Amino acid sequence: METLLAFVVGGLYAAGLYMMLRRSVLKLIIGLGLFGHAANLLIFTMGGLTRAQPPILFGLPADAAAGVADPLPQALILTAIVIGFGVQAFALVLIRRAVQAVGTDDLDQMKATDT
Amino acid sequence: MGLVSAVLSGFVLALIAPWIYRIARGATGWLLAIFPLALFAYFLSYIGAVAAGDVVRVSYPWVPSLGINLSFYLDGLSLLFAFLITGIGALVLIYTGGYLKDHSHLGRFYGFILFFMASMLGVVLADNTMGLFLFWELTSVSSFLLIGFEHEKESSRAAALQALLVTALGGMALLGGFLLLNQAVGSWEISELVRQGDAIRTHSLYIPIVLLVLAGAFTKSAQFPFHFWLPSAMEAPTPVSAYLHSATMVKAGVYLLARMTPALAETALWTGTVTAVGAVTMVFGAAIAFRQSDLKLILAYSTVSALGIMMMLLGVGTAGAVQAMVVFLFGHALYKGALFMLAGAIDHEAGTRDVNRLAGLRSAMPVSAAAGLLAALSMAAVPALFGFYGKELFYESLAEDYLMPVLLFASVLTSMIFVAVAVLAGIKPFIGETTSSAKQPHEAPISLWLGPVTLAATGLVLGLWPSMVDKSALLPAIHAVLWRPVFLELALWHGLNPIFLLSMATLASGSGLFIFRSRLLRLFSWLDALRDCGPRNGYSLALAGLNAAAQAQTRVLQSGYLRYYLLIVVATATVLSGYKLLQDIESLSFGRLFDVTFYEAAPALLILLAAFMATRVRSRLAAIAALGVVGFSVALVFVLFSAPDLAMTQFSIETLTVILFVLVFYHLPRFAILSSAWTRARDTFVALTAGGLITAIMLKASGVELHPKISTYYIENSVPLAHGHNIVNVILVEFRGLDTLGEITVLAIAAVGVYALLKFWPGKTETR
Repeated sequence: METLLAFVVGGLYAAGLYMMLRRSVLKLIIGLGLFGHAANLLIFTMGGLTRAQPPILFGLPADAAAGVADPLPQALILTAIVIGFGVQAFALVLIRRAVQAVGTDDLDQMKATDT
Repeated sequence: MGLVSAVLSGFVLALIAPWIYRIARGATGWLLAIFPLALFAYFLSYIGAVAAGDVVRVSYPWVPSLGINLSFYLDGLSLLFAFLITGIGALVLIYTGGYLKDHSHLGRFYGFILFFMASMLGVVLADNTMGLFLFWELTSVSSFLLIGFEHEKESSRAAALQALLVTALGGMALLGGFLLLNQAVGSWEISELVRQGDAIRTHSLYIPIVLLVLAGAFTKSAQFPFHFWLPSAMEAPTPVSAYLHSATMVKAGVYLLARMTPALAETALWTGTVTAVGAVTMVFGAAIAFRQSDLKLILAYSTVSALGIMMMLLGVGTAGAVQAMVVFLFGHALYKGALFMLAGAIDHEAGTRDVNRLAGLRSAMPVSAAAGLLAALSMAAVPALFGFYGKELFYESLAEDYLMPVLLFASVLTSMIFVAVAVLAGIKPFIGETTSSAKQPHEAPISLWLGPVTLAATGLVLGLWPSMVDKSALLPAIHAVLWRPVFLELALWHGLNPIFLLSMATLASGSGLFIFRSRLLRLFSWLDALRDCGPRNGYSLALAGLNAAAQAQTRVLQSGYLRYYLLIVVATATVLSGYKLLQDIESLSFGRLFDVTFYEAAPALLILLAAFMATRVRSRLAAIAALGVVGFSVALVFVLFSAPDLAMTQFSIETLTVILFVLVFYHLPRFAILSSAWTRARDTFVALTAGGLITAIMLKASGVELHPKISTYYIENSVPLAHGHNIVNVILVEFRGLDTLGEITVLAIAAVGVYALLKFWPGKTETR
């Protein structure tokens, strides 16, 4: 599965990057979103994949604790998801304001925010 | 310890010199001159020991891990230079007080001069090549500061930059040479290198070593074709020209080659290059000096020529030639320092440096006139002045080898011009009819004439009694270069030998050159056209080219468009890490491609498909939907691989994101195709390559054995320490609770930002 996910992550990065290279600021933000997913999945995969053993110790015998999924990447990704959302929300609203102020979503035309 | 503080104390004094000037004002020059005089006396105390063949060496660990020491070494050659640096330095400090009287930045100037003095002492005393290099560069820096002292003037700044670029570029070459030397024989110490001469000469790195060291020496000592910075450096105030650009710093290249002679010389490469470059510089400098009319430029080009003579003699390298070089060097420092300082005094008092307008100053400036006469006679090598001995030995050393008629001829020609130039610069301004000038000339104050008079008088006294210096100061210096006993006895009268007759003929024909100067200049005026195709032009072209290249490069890299920055960063990273990764492509593990169940493969393939769709679709809503599919599929992956918390968060956040996107995009324009097909193809290629690289890195990394995980600690201590069973939650709120607080803060700020952007905007307030 790691190998398959490696290709998935690579594909996500490629798609995200392609969108970020577009002139439309709307596509840029979609690219940013794809990039975020790619990064999360990258960390998740590299932390090692474990099937059906969530890092929850409730009712687990002590010796089985060593086999649970690695909680550290999960904690990192959880933070990343939430922060990513904050950034994306802010960027979206900012872009909306910018596009409305300048009257275009073409980054090449966005040379000043004076209206 | 003494040697170290002798060098380093100058730097300390340089730092506090501006404050001394604030207190001492007009007396600062005299006061500061005590320092070099004290050093002069200090070095004088070594003269007996050094003449007896002793050397003083001190060494302190500096960069022990690289085997680099702060070591100093005092032998005859160092001592001779130390005398010149401190002796002329004292006179120049006094001279500065008169020349730059009441200049608003005089305090700073004293600091720069002392900074230079300390650096130059460092160059001639350093035993470690890295130390020598450091001090060498410091002299370049101080020269830059001093040439650009009148920094309001554009020409000053350009000249300062030119001198710095040329000498620092040479300094870089020198550093390379020193590094290679260390590689060849494994030592940083010059005192060790000179003992390894045979090993160095037969080493495979010998040729690059010699070329690099020569590049350093030639740029510093203004040898053709790097000579042009020296005349430009005449922009500097005259004390600087007298001190750095004639008496001391420009001789650093000569010093270096003399110092390296035992290690590098006596091969065809060395002899040929040094002799040829020196000879060309000698003739070229003299010829140009002859046609100048600005006093300082005359002296500058004649200095270039004199440096050429010294280089040529070092190149010839016979015992006689080295003797001639050392004696000539000493004499040159005396008379050229005096002439430069006089040029400044004349400029100061008569208001011009144009030799065609200067005349008849002898009645107004009798003391200066006497000093000028003595210095000029010394430069012209008239018997009974010290300059005579240098010239005699110079002729002798070339005549003793009958294979050098060309060099001898060139030398006689140069010496003839020297006679003419000496008369032109040192005598002509004082004789003849007084011309009307803007200023009423009068004798310079004592601070301005003390220096030239002292140096010129020294030339006379030592010219009459050369035995005062020949065995004590000059012979040890010759020994340090030659490493074998030679005999030196300077005598005024050798009998009526051919060399003496040649000298007299030179004097006579040189005087003739002076008399017919204007006629000769007219005769050769067609050569003026060549002025614009010299090395100076090459410098300007190179500088302009460099600037243009930098500009073009900046225009490409700093386009101002986000996507080009991204493109460059990503492409560079991809190419560089991809290159490294390709070298062991076979270590990529594809092992676990097929241990996948159907329900695991489904979300993975869905992600790929949705990501592809997001890039292709033309409708905004479809793009958002595709992004949502990616997000929810990622959540599914989290579900399948034991990350329930992530899955829950991802589901809720993704839902919010999709809603937000739809709400915002509703107000925004439709997608348009803004890029050409070619651009899209290029971006596709870059994006796919970068994505491929990420995949490759992941495949490579999955084969890497990780260190014991930090996670183990969290797993083991989650229950005992935090009494929580959901380890991910425990990490977030307990172990890394402060981080989570930071995250909450970020979210809060983002929320405030979003609210502010939606709430407060000009359009809304107007409608209210």
